[in-house]
Amino acid sequence: MTEKTFAVALNEAIKEEMRLDPSVFVMGESIRGGIYGITGGLHQEFGDDRVLDTPLSETGFMGAAVGAAAVGMRPIVGSLCAFMWVAMDQFVNQVAKMKYMFGGQATLPLVYRVGVMYGNNSAAHHTDRPHPIYMNIPGLKIVMPTTPADAKGLFKTALRDDDPVLFFEDNTLMGVRGDVPDEDFTIPYGVADVKREGSDVTILAVGGMVPRSLAAAERLEADGISAEVLDPRSLVPLDKQAILDSVAKTGRFVAVDSAHKTCSFASEACAIVAQEGFWSLQAPPQRVATLMVHPPFSPALEPLMYPDEERIIAAVKRTFE
Amino acid sequence: MSNDANPDRALYLEMLRKMLLIRRFDETAVELVERGEIVGIVHTYIGEEAVAVGACAALNDDDYITGNHRSHGHPIAKGGDVDRAMAELFGKATGYCKGKGGSMHLADFSIGILGESGILGSALPVAVGAALASKLRKETKVVIPFFGDGASNEGACHETMNLASVWKLPVVFVCENNQYAVTTSYQESVSVENISDRASAYNMPGVLVDGQDVVAMYEATRAAVERARKGEGPSLVEGRTYRYREHSEGINRILREPYRSEEEVQAWLERDPIKLHQEHLLEAGVANQAEIDEIAEGVETVIAGALQFARESPLPEPEDLFDDLFTNPIPIERS
Repeated sequence: MTEKTFAVALNEAIKEEMRLDPSVFVMGESIRGGIYGITGGLHQEFGDDRVLDTPLSETGFMGAAVGAAAVGMRPIVGSLCAFMWVAMDQFVNQVAKMKYMFGGQATLPLVYRVGVMYGNNSAAHHTDRPHPIYMNIPGLKIVMPTTPADAKGLFKTALRDDDPVLFFEDNTLMGVRGDVPDEDFTIPYGVADVKREGSDVTILAVGGMVPRSLAAAERLEADGISAEVLDPRSLVPLDKQAILDSVAKTGRFVAVDSAHKTCSFASEACAIVAQEGFWSLQAPPQRVATLMVHPPFSPALEPLMYPDEERIIAAVKRTFE
Repeated sequence: MSNDANPDRALYLEMLRKMLLIRRFDETAVELVERGEIVGIVHTYIGEEAVAVGACAALNDDDYITGNHRSHGHPIAKGGDVDRAMAELFGKATGYCKGKGGSMHLADFSIGILGESGILGSALPVAVGAALASKLRKETKVVIPFFGDGASNEGACHETMNLASVWKLPVVFVCENNQYAVTTSYQESVSVENISDRASAYNMPGVLVDGQDVVAMYEATRAAVERARKGEGPSLVEGRTYRYREHSEGINRILREPYRSEEEVQAWLERDPIKLHQEHLLEAGVANQAEIDEIAEGVETVIAGALQFARESPLPEPEDLFDDLFTNPIPIERS
């Protein structure tokens, strides 16, 4: 084990896989320069043909990844959630539907690394957390790791998979440090991780909501409430059983999501618990998610919209009323 | 010119056979729609056969194509299996897409047909990506995305032309300008006189071709394919052509405004690509009438066989609904 940041762990994962498999290549806007902090140093090692800076044509290059994958390459596309909107037709009509609509003929081994930026005063156009929108589209696997080790292990799984994966990288976690195994390792999809054990309430949190939930859990401990913090790590497939098992143990459920509240991941999780874990519940399940307004620029306003420790603690306490 | 002296004789006859095959396939599809034997939206390629057939004649078996909603002509021109194409129109399990794609979305990845897209322009990035793979692997495979005058106005078209040009990718953009995006004429919606003029904006050759002349389409495409194969980058070939029937079958029941004149339709019917090619073959002495008749009879046999295959094939099973979403499947809720 060696302690690393989330960003370094991801950079290593990409490099190691590129050394193993010559069909892996990386493309995106200004990625040679490492604009999103992950792809620095790749160009020096792998050269022009495997690290491609693209024109600002999201529909063009995000869609080109589909064509390259369909004929046997393994593209890694780097971008931000904000720019995925421009290429939405490609994600919905090509990435997600191609295999199914053509009766299984297409094999699409491709990974979209998507930066999730919020809380850094970038205003509405650069601040998106759209994972639930993509969860509503069949044909996409969706991963959102929260620790350096999870990021590296899940990235390798995604890259070795033969299906399209959206790999959401929560930018609030890029500097997070953690132990990462030194040997080659992978982490499977669909296996939730208990980030903190507890017995009174289950807090299911995604991405950057995990550290906030852990901090909230520490404060709840002082109030005599033992909170379990569960990290799904992949949203599609989702480890439903781990959620239901945890709720069966604690009897209370709070879902914390960085996405907008309506039809959020938290909404889906609460629906699952209400439908399939109802008889375990001692209180109504709670959603703590981003308020239904656009991210404002002002530092006085933006933090008000996201789940924070106070809102998480308040939601947990509602389950004890 | 004697038969044996023409080195392209076999190719010219094969181009006639392919055009007839597309024509009879689509005429059959129309009958099936009118009889209610098949469901869904059907867009025929009747009148435009020379574009796909001429262009695909310039490709190797392992080259790639993509196409659009007017989906039957491109795969047949590329050498697709007519039985499986017909079965797909019937939604049968033996269809190209096991009944999941239907008329608008034929594909055969095994022979480089990377799929027809019902969203116009949407397959162009896919095509350019296949070309990128060809270049990165130092192969010489070429890609033809087929798209229409309507799709030439999509952002995807402009992005991919620029991308293919800056990366010098082996792409031959074949625009089949049938002159109407449903009912909107290209003169009303395209900013240049010829769509091929747009090539200059992307620093690639652009050529306007008589899309009713299959040999002209073949020769123009062949030159562009050779250029692409040598690593010299993309080209744009515009085949000026005409759609004989309406945008889709049955749409004339809802269209209220005439958008093209009878005279215009008649003028194009007289320049029928199959008739023109047959006349050319006879005049040049490449084939005699008996040989042409024999090709036509062969096509009838293939179509009859495809119909029988499609009709007798099984429908998909309800359980098939859940297949084909992923290569490495994950649990899907079944209720």
